[in-house]
Amino acid sequence: MAQAAIELIGINKSFGAVRANRDINLEIGRGTIHGIVGENGAGKSTLMSILYGFYQADSGEIRVGGQPASIKTPNDAIALGIGMVHQHFMLVDNFTVLDNVILGAESDALLKKSIAKARSELERLEREYGLEVDPDAIIEELPVGLQQRVEILKALYRGAEILILDEPTGVLTPAEADHLFRILGQLKDQGKTVVLITHKLREIMAITDTVSVMRQGTMVATRETRKTTVEELAELMVGRRVLLRVEKGEAEAGAVKLAVKNLTVKDTRGVTMVDDISFDIRAGEIVGIAGVAGNGQSELLEAISGIRRAVSGSVMLDGKPIDLTGAADPGELRDRGLAHVPEDRHHVGLVLAFEENENSILGYHDDPRYLKGPFLNIDAIRNDARDKIAKYDIRPADCRLKTANFSGGNQQKIVLAREMEQDPGVLIVGQPTRGVDVGAIEFIHKRLIAMRDQGKAVLVVSVELDEIRSLSDRILVMFAGRIVGERGPEATEGELGLLMAGIEHQEAAL
Amino acid sequence: MDVFNAIIQTLDSTIRLSVPLLLACLAGLYSERAGIFDIGLEGKMLVGAFAGAAAASVFHSAFLGLGMAILISVAFAMIHGFASITHRGNQIVSGVAINFIAAGSTIILGQAWFQQGGRTPALQPGERFEAITLPGAEAIRGVPIIGPIYAELLSGHSILVYLAFLMVPFTWWVLFRTRFGLRLRAVGENPAAVDTAGISVAWLRYRALICTGILTGIAGAYLSMVQNGGFVKDMTAGKGYIALAALIFAKWKPVNAMFACLLFGFLDAASIRLQGSPLPIIGRVPAQFMQALPYILTVILLAGFIGKAIPPRAGGVPYVKER
Repeated sequence: MAQAAIELIGINKSFGAVRANRDINLEIGRGTIHGIVGENGAGKSTLMSILYGFYQADSGEIRVGGQPASIKTPNDAIALGIGMVHQHFMLVDNFTVLDNVILGAESDALLKKSIAKARSELERLEREYGLEVDPDAIIEELPVGLQQRVEILKALYRGAEILILDEPTGVLTPAEADHLFRILGQLKDQGKTVVLITHKLREIMAITDTVSVMRQGTMVATRETRKTTVEELAELMVGRRVLLRVEKGEAEAGAVKLAVKNLTVKDTRGVTMVDDISFDIRAGEIVGIAGVAGNGQSELLEAISGIRRAVSGSVMLDGKPIDLTGAADPGELRDRGLAHVPEDRHHVGLVLAFEENENSILGYHDDPRYLKGPFLNIDAIRNDARDKIAKYDIRPADCRLKTANFSGGNQQKIVLAREMEQDPGVLIVGQPTRGVDVGAIEFIHKRLIAMRDQGKAVLVVSVELDEIRSLSDRILVMFAGRIVGERGPEATEGELGLLMAGIEHQEAAL
Repeated sequence: MDVFNAIIQTLDSTIRLSVPLLLACLAGLYSERAGIFDIGLEGKMLVGAFAGAAAASVFHSAFLGLGMAILISVAFAMIHGFASITHRGNQIVSGVAINFIAAGSTIILGQAWFQQGGRTPALQPGERFEAITLPGAEAIRGVPIIGPIYAELLSGHSILVYLAFLMVPFTWWVLFRTRFGLRLRAVGENPAAVDTAGISVAWLRYRALICTGILTGIAGAYLSMVQNGGFVKDMTAGKGYIALAALIFAKWKPVNAMFACLLFGFLDAASIRLQGSPLPIIGRVPAQFMQALPYILTVILLAGFIGKAIPPRAGGVPYVKER
């Protein structure tokens, strides 16, 4: 290995009773791209925050370029040439790109000189690394991909030699992610060191030179990327063998449960997001809707579940229409056997400030099982929540804990447990595994297939093509609000990718 | 010419009445732009007014009075900072507490020190800020239109009036042209961005509150040492709250703040002027209605005539690192 850019020796860090990092040793070679993988809560972000001076380690030593370094504040880290791109961008949304870049690194007490200097420096960086962005643009008007570029520029402007990226692709479209990887490659070619934190193994395989795996606060292994496999990394992360593709039998499709006919939906700006879509879902099958985010999938889900008004068309649930005026009573739809796991669980699926047991009956609180006269039957609710926690392996197993304190994957399990355990005839799931760990993905997929095998009709919308291909009995591809193709589960990634990009659609139109 | 003189006089008192509002409004602008809601402007102005009048009367110096007003007002701002920045307390509760402490302590101390029912002794010449006559004011007083405007409207105010209006471009310059201003605005929008950029969020917010304290101190001194010849209990009379309303009305921008405060000052001046005199068509309007007019207008304006006022995004939220 080349000379080490960073060495971490015996790092320990606890938050109260939680040991986020235990005795971590790590060496990152200069001029390499080093991946750190691990499930949510494995301690990756904590470790990098210690390196960036955001937290202080309880014990341990950090060496930068071979020299022992004392990093007490982000300022110390910046001075040592360490830059960080945080998962949630650290940008001031209503400032310009230039203002954000110079914030904290102003060269003068007056802004005029600082901005002039930053402007010419940004031009140089843009040329050197292909990081084009309008320096006078307001951050909130830029797409997320460009906002992230500003974060990278911020770090480079401060003279970063070592760049840490925390889950950089979580918010990016596949094309934006590819562009990011090209930029990272260029940075590496220029001799910079890149540390990439992620839980997406595919990215690790695509771009890193070496990879370290963390599990429950410990560093379990470091591998050369070309000598390892996705399967090995997944096993190291979870601590057991993981099925990346769930096994399932043939679907035995029965009667039509949900019939969508000529559905058209417009968004608040009046733009047609769902354009004359028709499809059926039968009992005992999983229908997957693939597509790049923003092609109308969200609006389709919302219209079917009665949240968003449809302009025209009909949706029949067990042969009876669903109210599409946007005034549908979600409670009534639940009674009719339609369960909905929304895409955005934070805003739509959960009340994060509630205890877990309260969220586990949210929307079903009128059910006589949870009532004692006019009051909630707290014991029944908590027992019910404990059952779900056991069955869905929700961690920590504490139904009195505030929901915000669960990891993303466990929050998703709370919503899934709630909706699936009501034994619905039709289950609609948006992004079933967004932000969820490898181990939990396997579990969620198995549950969805079990639902199918019980004869439920399942609709899955996901931007993860692997997930769609692994789960679906039939795949519908959405592009620009239309269904541009239907394929079986044997469809190749390339074939679906072309459909998702609208290639075939455009040719057909010509 | 009578109408013209009436207008000049009304505008002249508009300026006088809007000065404390303007100083308090700019004070609030510094703290709110830094993400600290400050409902305690009222209280800080009040302690400033008391400290100013008391010190001026005891030491027989207007400037010592002003200095003491600023000192005590800044001290109260630091209490707000200690509660809401260092200990991450609720900013509204802390601000309200400061208002109560100010209202109570000024009366108690005033009575204990001066035995005049909570008043401070009437200030003598030299203990107050006197009016300044601008050069040439007397010479051109006779010139029609320009003369009265210069001599009456622009000349003949205390130094604090000119200071208050100079603070408008100065505040704008500080906020939008200096490093301190950039950071101050950033910390009010996204303190995490400031923290990760290696700047102390707490120190930055304390500095913003020091600016707030200085300005509320001057506002208080103006009330007790310029507008009035001494401290009277509760003499701020809700001006701190009106200043907050003006701040929202001005969308947290300094130049807008000046116009908002001039508008509120004008309503105040007009209501005084029109008291008891019959208006065309409407006839005689009760004095109470005229006095309530600025407040009614505030409600109407804030209820939707100013478009959407977006406060600094991190306003009111104590900064806690994740976890």
